[in-house]
Amino acid sequence: MSDSENITRTHLPKGRSLWRDGLRRLRKRKFAMVCFVVVLIYFSLAAFIYLAEFFDWRIGPTLWAEQVGPSYAPPSSVNYLGTDIFGQSVCRKTLYGTKISITVALCASFISIAIGVPLGAIAGYFRGVVDEIIVWIYSTLSSIPYILLILAFAVVLRDKTIFGYKITGITAVYLAIGLTSWVGICRLIRGEVIKHKGREYILAAISYGCSERRIIFKHLIPNVFHLIIIDFSLRFVAFIHAEVILSFLGLGEADRPSWGAMINDARIELSRGVWWQMAAATAAIFFISLALNIFGDALRDSLDPKLRIQ
Amino acid sequence: MTSYIIRRLLYTIPIVFGVLLLTFVLFTLVGGDISIEIAGKGATQETIEEIREEYGLNKPLFLAWDSQFINHFKSALTFDFGRARDREPIIGKIKRGVGPSLALTVPMFFGIVIISVSLALVVASVRGSIWDILAVFICVAGMSIPYLSFILFGQYFLAYKWGLFPVFFSPDLTMAQYVALPVLIGIAAGLGGNLRFYRTVMLDEMRSDYVRTAFAKGLDTKRVLFKHVLKNAMVPIITRVVLAIPFLFLGSLLLERFFGIPGLGYLMIEAISSRDYFVINAMTYISAILFVVFNLITDICYSLVDPRISLE
Repeated sequence: MSDSENITRTHLPKGRSLWRDGLRRLRKRKFAMVCFVVVLIYFSLAAFIYLAEFFDWRIGPTLWAEQVGPSYAPPSSVNYLGTDIFGQSVCRKTLYGTKISITVALCASFISIAIGVPLGAIAGYFRGVVDEIIVWIYSTLSSIPYILLILAFAVVLRDKTIFGYKITGITAVYLAIGLTSWVGICRLIRGEVIKHKGREYILAAISYGCSERRIIFKHLIPNVFHLIIIDFSLRFVAFIHAEVILSFLGLGEADRPSWGAMINDARIELSRGVWWQMAAATAAIFFISLALNIFGDALRDSLDPKLRIQ
Repeated sequence: MTSYIIRRLLYTIPIVFGVLLLTFVLFTLVGGDISIEIAGKGATQETIEEIREEYGLNKPLFLAWDSQFINHFKSALTFDFGRARDREPIIGKIKRGVGPSLALTVPMFFGIVIISVSLALVVASVRGSIWDILAVFICVAGMSIPYLSFILFGQYFLAYKWGLFPVFFSPDLTMAQYVALPVLIGIAAGLGGNLRFYRTVMLDEMRSDYVRTAFAKGLDTKRVLFKHVLKNAMVPIITRVVLAIPFLFLGSLLLERFFGIPGLGYLMIEAISSRDYFVINAMTYISAILFVVFNLITDICYSLVDPRISLE
């Protein structure tokens, strides 16, 4: 009997991929799935507001600027969450704030992944001088306190014209967050790529004569991609909180409502006993953060059981 | 050992250079000429020229001995950052702010560490039980509440409504009086994340062989936790503590702003609202230097304490 026959006769069970295995484990965690639904609701709300603005639908969140009642009306059956100083509905403003927060956190994530992942992979794959330069860059960035770095970027980038494009409002916010928070993911990917580099599948790819670009982007990055997802499901929360702080400090969106701006308004309101704007913004931030935190932890446990919760 | 310290010292040079390069790119190249902004609306051309002269904004950017690039390095290395918008030397402002900032952050930080490490030990001793799950859930919930809400609600209820603490800083209050409430709020806000971190550290330790041995010898949980686990968990705890120390000098941006404490965080907020790049630049540089120095100290201490860490 030749070898080839032997192979065809042996019945191999179909292998399960990392993703399928992870998702199967994730689906068993009911509470994590509930949290995932909450996150989805926030995302669809943001997407819906974009749609509504694009088609100019006249619905609640897009009409946030409308005066619906007297100034500082407490929550009632007409205005569920009361009104602010201009008589605008707090409920509408909170819903609209979802769009700003999700947009900032998503754009910041994309920017930091787009910078951090390729840099980390290149540093880990090529080592040598390239590695040292990239490590130098991120060591420099990480020696400056994170909040200070974001603030410095946000202050400088705000209202600047770069390549003929004026950076305003939330663009400055997500640029500042994105440009400063790629260090963590870069470090993670670099370490992981160094580990993977000696494995058989990479050696096989090299012996096939694959180009370096192909090896990095088609072989290495897909194999460490679950780490990126895990990292960002948790980092997303930090981005949302950073946006709140930046908006609060007046570095965010100026003329549209955001959660940070609402909390800033509440500073003066609280002493008058007007708590609803503060409570609405806090609750909005709290639920998405809680859902993302729990879901992110569950995702990490399911996709990468070796990683520990920090 | 000496050669290790020297090598480690040399390694800080590129980092400091990198920080200076970054601040130069950020504040001089991207930030650009802000003399018109400093002069204010309706300023004459002469005033603007004077301001440009004072801040050296009329000098060439590169490629000259007296260029802005060289001066940026010179001012940073001699810690002479010029004057802020209100004509006061920046370094004087920073020196004045360090005291109140440290008075706020040091008790807050050590409060958080002590409380969360002791709670982590308790939680670790009941690991896997309903109490453990509940504790983790409360931690995550605490981490999900925005920092600003902690501050605002704390200030509103504890100080304004119930009058337990002064609402705002005033010069006639003693330091303990005006710092008490911000410290409490800071501890409450920071507890969630820290407790969860230390719990993980403790649980990691509890999986080790020496813990199993200790239990096998018949020691009770309390003894194992305090005699064995806590001692071994000290390494990650100390790392976290030492690396957080440089950030203590910065004060707390938001707490200082809300309570009007005249520390470095407040200085930073003022600088942001008046777009005073020079102050932000100085703060960025000084905090980076502190971080580099403390990193160096930690590494050297490690090599002194733990012989397993190689000096190569």
